[in-house]
Amino acid sequence: MHNRPLLFTILGVVFAFLYIPISVLVALSFNDGGLPTAWTGFSLKWYGALLGNADILQAALNTLIVALVSATLATILGTLLAIGIETRAHKGRWLESLIFAPMIIPDIVLAIALLSFFSLLKVPMGLHTIIAAHVVFNLAFVCAVVRARLKSFDWSIVEASTDLGAPLATTYRRIVIPVLAPAIIAGALLAFTLSVDEFIIAFFTSGAGASSTTLPMQIYAMIRFGVTPEINALATLVLGLSVTALALAQRLNRGGIPGQ
Amino acid sequence: MTPLLQIRNISKAFGTMLAVDDVSLDIAENEFYALLGASGSGKTTLLRMLAGFEAPTAGQILLDGKDISGTPPNKRPVNLMFQSYALFPHMTVRANIAYGLEMERLPRAQITARVDDILGVIELTPYADRKPDQLSGGQKQRVALARALVKRPRVLLLDEPLGALDKKLRGAMQLELKRLQHEVGITFIVVTHDQEEALVMADRIAILKDGKLLQSGPPREVYEYPVNRFAADFIGVMNFFPGVADAGGLTTDNGTRITAPSPTKGPAVAAVRPERIRLTPGDNTLTGTVTALAYHGLDLQLHVQTEAAPKPVIIRLTADMAEAQSLNTGDPVTLGWLAKDTRIFPA
Repeated sequence: MHNRPLLFTILGVVFAFLYIPISVLVALSFNDGGLPTAWTGFSLKWYGALLGNADILQAALNTLIVALVSATLATILGTLLAIGIETRAHKGRWLESLIFAPMIIPDIVLAIALLSFFSLLKVPMGLHTIIAAHVVFNLAFVCAVVRARLKSFDWSIVEASTDLGAPLATTYRRIVIPVLAPAIIAGALLAFTLSVDEFIIAFFTSGAGASSTTLPMQIYAMIRFGVTPEINALATLVLGLSVTALALAQRLNRGGIPGQ
Repeated sequence: MTPLLQIRNISKAFGTMLAVDDVSLDIAENEFYALLGASGSGKTTLLRMLAGFEAPTAGQILLDGKDISGTPPNKRPVNLMFQSYALFPHMTVRANIAYGLEMERLPRAQITARVDDILGVIELTPYADRKPDQLSGGQKQRVALARALVKRPRVLLLDEPLGALDKKLRGAMQLELKRLQHEVGITFIVVTHDQEEALVMADRIAILKDGKLLQSGPPREVYEYPVNRFAADFIGVMNFFPGVADAGGLTTDNGTRITAPSPTKGPAVAAVRPERIRLTPGDNTLTGTVTALAYHGLDLQLHVQTEAAPKPVIIRLTADMAEAQSLNTGDPVTLGWLAKDTRIFPA
């Protein structure tokens, strides 16, 4: 028989291990005194301080640009790739592995590879190289999400649309894309989230100076002088953004079209 | 007058497998035509060639005398009602039905009028703003039908239209489809594996087997005068007596004589329908023992083991006839039927 109290205890311990550090971080971001050792009252002043920090604002803007552009590109390419794979006549395993590779290869390897690649081609580094690099792995994630949806996709509706007189482009615009929309949006949100907190690849593929410093890189730079309450506040904001995007993605991909 | 649709020597090969093998059919204007066959008989492939989703390997499809074999599906005046219904899940019933008319770029007012009209015909007006997953199976079936019909195609193709419905609803929808076809005056071609469905609905039936056309004709002709043993077995229930045929009938393997008009000589089977057999002596008379009784409400099916055939002979009696006889398993019975109700096919 199940030992329910024991199971719940174990569950509690696991959750505590996972979430207590995050809770502490969030709590400290509201600590008036700014010391991690003593609670001296609730305050939003560290969030205020963030707004006054030009470096952080610049980094936040950079991150937003990278995340939005790379997520958009990855969503378009990843969706096309997913449709292409699922509709091709001859299915081969090697192609599937190639597409999943960027998800599995260690980030550090991908980072070094991209850096070498960009230097070899003498591409000047900057936000655009970070964007290109992020598209590489985001593409794989978007493709995976959309393909999962395509597995249960009823292709007879494509034939039905054709039969009713629609040219192929109309069928895609009015039938395929809308039906896949929940998965496509979920993929886009996932890509956005992954891009926002990605550090290693961005670090290797960025240019010099503040113009291509992203938020994780900025935090890394600041943390070398100790964890400040400002960083806690910043991390809390990033956490909020990621959790919202992921929750939205999950919700959409599950409930998107009822009955599907 | 040329037939509306002429299928001429059409074949379709998938690799080395011949799914449809040199089939020729003529289908007239306003006809309700059934393509009947078991799974793998090629009936769905034939239908998909008519819709334009498969290109024939050989042969021609003529609509109003013009070859449409090369016309893509979105440019054919032919619509297909899919077996899975293939309703657009993200659109309402109304939007699903309007879709095909929007593709014709009709004026908005005209589209609305025609959609409202057909919603009334299928009695789904109150459900117009629902999504497909909020409909029952029967309602989805009607939406799928309406979506294809609203375009007023020259030919409507229906792939197992009643396959997903339960038995009772299927019976009602068979007559409903026939009434609707009469009302709209559009040629219907229905693919089905259900011989009863084909008999009830169709004006003419084509039986397909292994990609070949076995027989085509009106239901009564196909039922009463099957062209061969397979066709006889496929439509309805048939009793077979294997033996050797001569000019006047057939002698079964155990020596029983069956008198019948015989078109053949040599190894053959004599065949007779269960409803033609009586429990009184006739032109042909057999004796046997009741091995099983199956009560079907309206009638009673009797299985009688005789010496003339390895399988039990099946007989259908009306319920009151059966009652009068008060039969039980193990009872000896005499079976009789007329020579003219007997068919003989080469084995």
